[in-house]
Amino acid sequence: MSHSHAQAQPVGEHTTTGISHNRLMMWTFLASDCMFFGSLIWVYFAYRGRYFEPPYPRDVLDIPYTSVSAAVLLLSSFSIVMALTALERADMRGFRGWLLGTILLGALFLGGQYYEFITFYHEGLTLTANLFGTTFFVLTGFHGTHVFIGVVWLLVQWLLSYFGKLTPAHVERFFVTTLYWHFVDIVWIIIFMLVYLMPY
Amino acid sequence: MAEAAIRLEQAGYRRSAVVEWLTTVDHKKIGLLYYWTSIIYLLLAGLLALLMRIQLAQPDMHFLGPKTYNEIMTMHGTMMIFAVAMPLNAAFFNIVVPLMIGARDVAFPRLNAFSYWSFLFGSLLLWSSFLFGHAPDAGWTGYANLSSSRLYSAGPGLDFWNLGLQVLGISSIAGALNFFVTIVNMRAPGMTLMRMPVYVWMVLITAILILLAFPSLTVGLFVIMFDRYFDTLFLNPVHGGDPVIWQHLFWIFGHPEVYILVLPPMGIISEILPTFSRKPLFGAPFVIFAGIAIAFLSFFVWAHHMFTVGLGPVPNALFAASTMLIGIPTGVKVFNWLATMWGGSIDFKAPMKFASAAVWLLMIGGVTGVMHATVPLDYQQHDSYFIVAHFHYVIFGVIVMALLGATYYWFPKMYGRLLDERLGSLHFWLTFLGMNLTFFPMHFVGLDGMPRRYFTYSAETGWGTWNMVITVGAFVLGLAQVVLLLNVLKTMRRPADAPADPWDGRTLEWTIPSPPPAYNFAVIPTVRGSDAFWLEKYGDGHHDAAATDISERRKPATFHQDNPGHGLPAGVHLPKPSWWPMIVSAGLTAMAAGMVMHGTETLGSLGFPVVGLGALVVFFGLLGWHFEPAIEHEEAHVS
Repeated sequence: MSHSHAQAQPVGEHTTTGISHNRLMMWTFLASDCMFFGSLIWVYFAYRGRYFEPPYPRDVLDIPYTSVSAAVLLLSSFSIVMALTALERADMRGFRGWLLGTILLGALFLGGQYYEFITFYHEGLTLTANLFGTTFFVLTGFHGTHVFIGVVWLLVQWLLSYFGKLTPAHVERFFVTTLYWHFVDIVWIIIFMLVYLMPY
Repeated sequence: MAEAAIRLEQAGYRRSAVVEWLTTVDHKKIGLLYYWTSIIYLLLAGLLALLMRIQLAQPDMHFLGPKTYNEIMTMHGTMMIFAVAMPLNAAFFNIVVPLMIGARDVAFPRLNAFSYWSFLFGSLLLWSSFLFGHAPDAGWTGYANLSSSRLYSAGPGLDFWNLGLQVLGISSIAGALNFFVTIVNMRAPGMTLMRMPVYVWMVLITAILILLAFPSLTVGLFVIMFDRYFDTLFLNPVHGGDPVIWQHLFWIFGHPEVYILVLPPMGIISEILPTFSRKPLFGAPFVIFAGIAIAFLSFFVWAHHMFTVGLGPVPNALFAASTMLIGIPTGVKVFNWLATMWGGSIDFKAPMKFASAAVWLLMIGGVTGVMHATVPLDYQQHDSYFIVAHFHYVIFGVIVMALLGATYYWFPKMYGRLLDERLGSLHFWLTFLGMNLTFFPMHFVGLDGMPRRYFTYSAETGWGTWNMVITVGAFVLGLAQVVLLLNVLKTMRRPADAPADPWDGRTLEWTIPSPPPAYNFAVIPTVRGSDAFWLEKYGDGHHDAAATDISERRKPATFHQDNPGHGLPAGVHLPKPSWWPMIVSAGLTAMAAGMVMHGTETLGSLGFPVVGLGALVVFFGLLGWHFEPAIEHEEAHVS
């Protein structure tokens, strides 16, 4: 697979490692982003259990509901791989379909998160209610922001494909987007396990 | 008529020159922009230091009030770290690294311009706090709750600090991504990792440190921003929040930051000493691995800034031990530098003066560093002028001295001219004298208990005499930098006649003309060993140059490249100038400025609209960036 990506590089870009600049930069950026989420998660854990006022996590967290939205996001990792392979086969119809599916799944996750936040808010868990509210909303909110940026990025590429600006020649560029998307999914698995599934 | 036409032409030329600088994506020009911006900031933040020194020259002075003193002290520290030391390093990353690895530009030329403009706009946002009468005043470390609660820091001062630093952080991350990819991916054929110049190695390590350390600062700044703007409870002890969390986040960034600042200058020293000793760097692999060891250890020492917080004896002991460990690789470097000079035919030109002085000053700053790695000693020294003396020996003594040396060393590659040697010597001796006169007596008053950050002291303390000496030293140091400016002015009046290789250099940047043409290398050189150019000129010292391992020579090395024709050599595509990096930076800074406005009473309602407008500029700026071909005639290649 990596061979076909390497061939799709723009002519004239010879790299020392054989990895394209864009791909190397995305991997490097994700390493940096790991430290970003690592720091946020560390702050969450530093305050875990130091919640002086209700509502407490067990009062508000709805594990079945969030499991479904986590599954939705995971499914989008599958659909984006299908979009990538379609682009590699120069199957633009398939590419656009799977890409649109990915966008919708991402948007569905965001909608689910919005609904969850509103529900929590009505149950009394606000950003300022207690340290759980503060750390929970900021941690999951920043993850949501990452998903939002990903959705906008995919949407732009989906539109570009209709104007001939995203063609099978750009498969390397799209591959880099998928790296970001998978990363955001993996981060959610970690947050979901640490914040929702670990018993309080 | 003819005269008017000429004048018009000149005006037109001048306008297009301005446009050229605003839209440039050439790493050499961006390097010069970085260089002069940070030199101007060095002088401005230096002036702030002189104001502080006037205030402290005698006991019970009232030249500056406590509020103004706090503001000036905070801005001096913040600007010197984030707007002088870091971008001055970035200036030489830009000017030198692509030339040293035999590349025509960096991997992402437009991202490079974006880094510069974000640095400029972010630092201007910070400076502008003075204009609004609310400069940040919580020290460069911005400890909570002083920084996180509007109860203790009303007014937008800390908002300028918070959001300005966020913009500068984005600039640094973008720059680090760029140089990491450039160094890993754009080396000339034959330049394996272990054949890379030590300076390039140190830049690579620094890029990794920036990428891994800055996110912690970003999260810390977000935490403070949320507490200030949205009343979250992160650092609010009433609801269980712990202000020490900020200290951890800050120092997990802050200690690697020290090495982000100092590793590239150590690389500069490792380039200058061999050149002017006419010997290869002694044990170059050890110097490289010492740099890696320092970088690795730097993530495990942050709590030595917090010994007096009360983390308990076990954490304090562990962090004391890990901190002392860093002394070992640092010592390796010092001994290797000394061994490099040992027995060399040393030529004390201006760059060599600065570099060898930096080694000596690093020993002073390093020894005091190991002193306060010892917990009981640190209890005595914490927050005293002894600490101020320590980090100024490192930051001025090593970082600024090495970067000044780099200015003399690489000025031919910046402007095609050699700086005046006699003025350079004067500059060095005045700087060296002023720096020691300023910072050495701080050890004495510090051990005697003079606390840092206080705006004055009483006469009974007996600190007046030494403080007067320090103030005199500071003015000598300030005056010395005028000599550098005079030197530059004098040199720039002369014709650009520097030879390609004025110092008998060892690395690839000396194989191309001074200043280098836009495309750097007409032919990309093939590298056959460490100190690639020296090897071509003199062989490896054991064999004749022509006789060295021919099997390794895939292509004949092309080191003497005079481009015979005009214009670009065949097959060379230069990146196209672009407005988009500056536009995206402006949008980003508008978002930050909007947040600052949101925190004020008078402009509060305008805040979020400005943030939204900035976000739109960023979005459409990125779209424009995406649609614009990066290279001339790129469409011909792609799709």
